[in-house]
Amino acid sequence: MSVLLLGATSPIAEAIGHRYASQGHAIYAASRDADEAEAVASDIALRHDVEAAGGHFDALEFDRHDDFVDEVESAVGPVDVAVVAFGVMPDQKESQENFKLARRTIEVNYTGAASLCEALARRMIDRETGAIVGISSVAGDRGRQSNYFYGSAKGAFRLYLQGLRNRCFEHDVQVLCVKPGFVDTPMTFGMETAIPIVSPEDVADSVVRAQQKGKDTMYVPWFWAWIMLIIKSIPEPIFKRLSL
Amino acid sequence: MELSGWGRYPVHGARCARPETRGDLQQALAERNGDSILAHAAGRSYGDAALNEDGRAVLTERLDRMLEFDPETGWLRVEAGVTLKEIIDIFVPRGWFPPVVPGTQYVTVGGAVGCNIHGKNHHQVGSFGDHVRRLEMLTASGDIVTCDRDNHPELFWATVGGMGLTGIILSLEVQLEPVAGPAIEMESIRVENLDEFFEVSAESGDFTHTVSWIDCVASGSNLGRGVFMRGRHASEEVEWSPGPMEKLAKTLKSAADGRLFESNWLLNRATMRIGNAAYFHKEPKGKTEQIVHYEPFFFPLDAIDHWNHIYGSRGFLQYQCVVPEREAIREILEEVTATSMASFLSVIKEFGPRTHTGLSFPEPGITLALDFPNYGEPLMELLDRLDAIVATAGGRVYLGKDARLDRQSFRKMYPEWEEWRDVRDEWDPDGVFQSSLGRRLGLVKGS
Repeated sequence: MSVLLLGATSPIAEAIGHRYASQGHAIYAASRDADEAEAVASDIALRHDVEAAGGHFDALEFDRHDDFVDEVESAVGPVDVAVVAFGVMPDQKESQENFKLARRTIEVNYTGAASLCEALARRMIDRETGAIVGISSVAGDRGRQSNYFYGSAKGAFRLYLQGLRNRCFEHDVQVLCVKPGFVDTPMTFGMETAIPIVSPEDVADSVVRAQQKGKDTMYVPWFWAWIMLIIKSIPEPIFKRLSL
Repeated sequence: MELSGWGRYPVHGARCARPETRGDLQQALAERNGDSILAHAAGRSYGDAALNEDGRAVLTERLDRMLEFDPETGWLRVEAGVTLKEIIDIFVPRGWFPPVVPGTQYVTVGGAVGCNIHGKNHHQVGSFGDHVRRLEMLTASGDIVTCDRDNHPELFWATVGGMGLTGIILSLEVQLEPVAGPAIEMESIRVENLDEFFEVSAESGDFTHTVSWIDCVASGSNLGRGVFMRGRHASEEVEWSPGPMEKLAKTLKSAADGRLFESNWLLNRATMRIGNAAYFHKEPKGKTEQIVHYEPFFFPLDAIDHWNHIYGSRGFLQYQCVVPEREAIREILEEVTATSMASFLSVIKEFGPRTHTGLSFPEPGITLALDFPNYGEPLMELLDRLDAIVATAGGRVYLGKDARLDRQSFRKMYPEWEEWRDVRDEWDPDGVFQSSLGRRLGLVKGS
């Protein structure tokens, strides 16, 4: 079985890659930075004694996405699981000053992700097998002033995955939407939080288990389901007054 | 963030970044805003070598990818944040072991180069740097430079044992040693005093690895009594029996965590005297042969997580020195046993020939490592007296363990420090890379 990691240098994707490789699966690590992608691939190959390759992709080179998936499949065979984990999160305030940043956030996190998922889904539907694991975010559950460009893009991606899941169902293609809470990544490094921060390895364990059980959606860690239930249930007339 | 070394003394604040990629690392260097910067890896040096008070620290834990391995020759290329434990876990089943390991497997290879660590096999194979052939470094200019024995050799040699002050190591190539499996053939010999230690050490030439635990509370005719351990990697796959710390860890299970025993009072002279005497008398007289796993042989204390916490919140100091002559060891032991302070855990070993210049620690002679609870001022005064003995004898103190050596003593102990600093200054004229230790010892610009 072959697993494609898109955004392989993200700690969550990298940990998911190690998890699949520990079960003996071949890995293709893709990242904007080809050298880093290759480093991730060598690391996975050496530690788990599996086949692994690395290469470049760019979420914004839409015209290249189809060819890119072809390249991946010629390197490691048909992609059985694609982990769509790339993303950017620039400062919200700077994005308000400079819409170029906001636009990039939306295009990378949503448009680019959707474009790559389409290229992958098409092939999986033809083969009547496969799984797409999309990393959304708890930030996509409700818009907040502190993070709404990122949140709206992740929320759009979640809705996209929902529709894709509906389309893929009759073709035996799984679409899993993962909504991580606080994970120990650059996004949370140095943050003081009341809610515990979990390691990328723990997240990877849960995600791989959920994918292999055929799940549709998940929060990681699980207790974020309850946190978000409360946050989503606050009436908008009250929510709009909160400084979140 | 507050950072400390393994001794938990001192504790210094620094602004921290934790890069995921070398691009992030270059960015952290570029955006340091005039502050000095230092790589902080596993935090297993003891004192302030990996601290940069009021400056910046780059946590290298995520720069930990294994890049290339040649199963024909054993050369392994890895990023600097990879730990020896990761290498051991992956490569022992494939028949390879790191060429040199210290008393813990939780150090990173970057730290192993920075401190040019030594192991129980120093007398035969030298130190870690002797088995490294290439370093890839981020230098003060922001450029990535590859150095080895032929290209920029001065940077290579200044970085081996350079305490992280020449730049940040990105990756390195180290030669692993072929082994048959995890087993170690070992002998332990009870030695009744210091003279016996030297006798046994002299007749242990057939063993690749030697070290002796020493009871540093016993005095008079018992001065220097201990348990000499020597061993080698088994030449074929054999069964091993569990070591004493393994058994203890198994009994304690999840309680094998020093944090549960954290106390400023647990280790005092009385308990340390009893502990040391018990360990000595538990060892049968004469020689015991056994086959053990590499963990209890090389890394007995790794069986207890956070064992550094048993010294309490005051922390502890390890004093490791090497002296060329036996007499100085006796003087040091007498000086220590004459005080009311005691070293809980002490080890002694004879080093082999010197293989490096600059700030590298090992030189021919006898090395002694003593662990003291942080008794405060009286301990600092004792250690100053030990420095005087060591410096007069032509010996030196290990910077990887140090938290308090003064500049004058340092300069006596490391006469090549100026040549080393010239190379450092050439690669980092503005003093971008600094540490608390570097400033204390006058190793960096403006200190």
